[in-house]
Amino acid sequence: MNNLPQLPLADWIDSFVNWLTQFTGFFNGVTNFIGAINNAFQWIFDLLPIWLFIAIVIGLTFYVNRKNQRWSLLIFEFLGLLLIWNLDFWRDMTQTLTLVLTSSLIALVIGIPLGILMAKSHVAEVILKPILDFMQTMPAFVYLIPAVALFGIGMVPGIVASVIFAMPPTVRMTNMGIRDVPDELIEAADSFGSTEWQKLFKVELPIAKNSLMAGVNQSMMLSLSMVVIASMIGAMGLGTRVYFAVGRNDAGNGFAAGLAIVILAIILDRLTQSLTREHTKG
Amino acid sequence: MAVKVEVKNLTKIFGRHVNRAKELLKQGKTKPEILKETGATVGVDQANFEINDGEIFVIMGLSGSGKSTMIRMINRLIDPTDGEVLIDGENIMKMDKKKLRDVRRKKMSMVFQSFGLLPNRTVMENAEYGLEIQGVDKETRKQKAGIALEQVGITGYDDEYPSQLSGGMQQRVGLARALANDPQILLMDEAFSALDPLNRSDMQDQLLDLQERLHKTIIFISHDLNEALKIGDRIMIMRDGEVVQTGTPEDILTHPANGYVENFIENVDRSRVLTAGKVMIRPVTINIDKAGPRLTLKRMRNNEVSTAYVIDNRRKLIGVVDASDVINLIRKNSSDLRSVIKTSVPTTHEDKPISDLMDDISQTGIPIAVTNDDKQLLGIIVRGAVLGALAGNEVKDVE
Repeated sequence: MNNLPQLPLADWIDSFVNWLTQFTGFFNGVTNFIGAINNAFQWIFDLLPIWLFIAIVIGLTFYVNRKNQRWSLLIFEFLGLLLIWNLDFWRDMTQTLTLVLTSSLIALVIGIPLGILMAKSHVAEVILKPILDFMQTMPAFVYLIPAVALFGIGMVPGIVASVIFAMPPTVRMTNMGIRDVPDELIEAADSFGSTEWQKLFKVELPIAKNSLMAGVNQSMMLSLSMVVIASMIGAMGLGTRVYFAVGRNDAGNGFAAGLAIVILAIILDRLTQSLTREHTKG
Repeated sequence: MAVKVEVKNLTKIFGRHVNRAKELLKQGKTKPEILKETGATVGVDQANFEINDGEIFVIMGLSGSGKSTMIRMINRLIDPTDGEVLIDGENIMKMDKKKLRDVRRKKMSMVFQSFGLLPNRTVMENAEYGLEIQGVDKETRKQKAGIALEQVGITGYDDEYPSQLSGGMQQRVGLARALANDPQILLMDEAFSALDPLNRSDMQDQLLDLQERLHKTIIFISHDLNEALKIGDRIMIMRDGEVVQTGTPEDILTHPANGYVENFIENVDRSRVLTAGKVMIRPVTINIDKAGPRLTLKRMRNNEVSTAYVIDNRRKLIGVVDASDVINLIRKNSSDLRSVIKTSVPTTHEDKPISDLMDDISQTGIPIAVTNDDKQLLGIIVRGAVLGALAGNEVKDVE
């Protein structure tokens, strides 16, 4: 092996990224677009008084669990959010939430159609499967480098890296959900003369909804796990607090910010999980 | 009767090398040979049959016989390898997607073994499905689906979800969904097989009831010969993808085409298929308008019976007379035969299956009289003849 010349793999990738940078106009457009979604979320969260925010979260939880109320969760949410406020992490928390919501939204908008395509086309599945594996297993840090090159510093490259890392579950679970729709239901839809679109929207997606929501839930958790990494390229939020604490060897503040992330994670997880149950009727 | 569905040389081959397998099949090679040579499996082997308008046509076979493939080729859920399916003379194989969709929407509906109901929709929404995808407005489809639900006997469950209903109820919804489109052809794929025996029997009765009113052309898949015999106007028996025999239930019972069918019908409950008219024998009859006591007694002695059936000029059943009563009458020198006629005779209609007569046969001392719609005496049923028929012997002494 040593006699063979080393493959210039790193050089190739560099030149590929360099080649990409010439499309500045396109990447600027994407940056502005993602930035706009991000800012819109942030604007709303900044506008909301803290007490109203807490009330909305609790009200939402109350609503989605209305058939099977979970009081302990409501109390946890109330105390958890108060704690975040008390620790003076509120603004950081909303920034993190914004990043998570934006990247989950983008992952959803891209991931669900990809998942549908994958379920419908064998070719698409063969092509997409290794790409998804790659996206998910490649260390997330690695995405930061081209993300900075293409999208600059700040929230947007953080969101892009999060989307790449967090999208695969949505695609996979959509694909799986649709493939798992019982044959008989597909036959029933066909035998009554449904068009492909009717079959998709009236049969496949509603039946796959639980699986799809589980994918969304996972994507959300994964993008939350990216916040500390994203903070390294300037995505503000709780991740930044953790990152700074690491730099200063400040265990106390590090754990405090980490705890805030955990609280946010639990709230988001339980909310999306309840949404899944909400759609399981009968 | 008009032919509704005509199937010509319909063939389905699964697997690879389909074309080569098709050639081999046409050359008359057997399925194991084809499987060995090409690796392809023959699902249905050049089937030919016709289904008449308004009949219940049962396709019968064990699992792997190709019956499910067959029914799915009729609405092209499975594309045949070769052959034609003509519906009202139109070849469904030649239809483009749009035309095929139209036929599926308007002309035929399917009922599935595991019901195929959408779990996220209510009973009403399920029943509306076929109309909904046709773009029928909400009001109309609700009304039509409501009628269909009523026809199959489920009202008041409109807003329940399928999982809240029993299997029998769910299949009623499945049937209502199919009927809501008002199709001419109903495809029923083992529709009652998932139900428990009592429910199944109920559903069979209900289907026959519905058919009396609606006169659809029903293609029914079953693996249960008793079911086939009960509901089928005609039955087609399949084995390993081949049509073994097509005929009325009686044809199949009385003239099985080969050993396979014979084996099959061995375990059949014949009592459900054989009707009173099929097992009855010629009775000793006395025409009340012509005969007196002496002639009656002579007749009874000649035929070695103790009971005679009394009819009038029009063969209408009046009652029975016992030999002992007739002898008494002669002793008293009376000629009024009417005075000793017993009018409480167990009677049955010629179309009644003998399974319904079992109780009567075991309870009454005198044979059951069989009449037609005009109450004319056609024959009588004696215990021996019934047992003989159940054992598979032909009843010889039929009028």
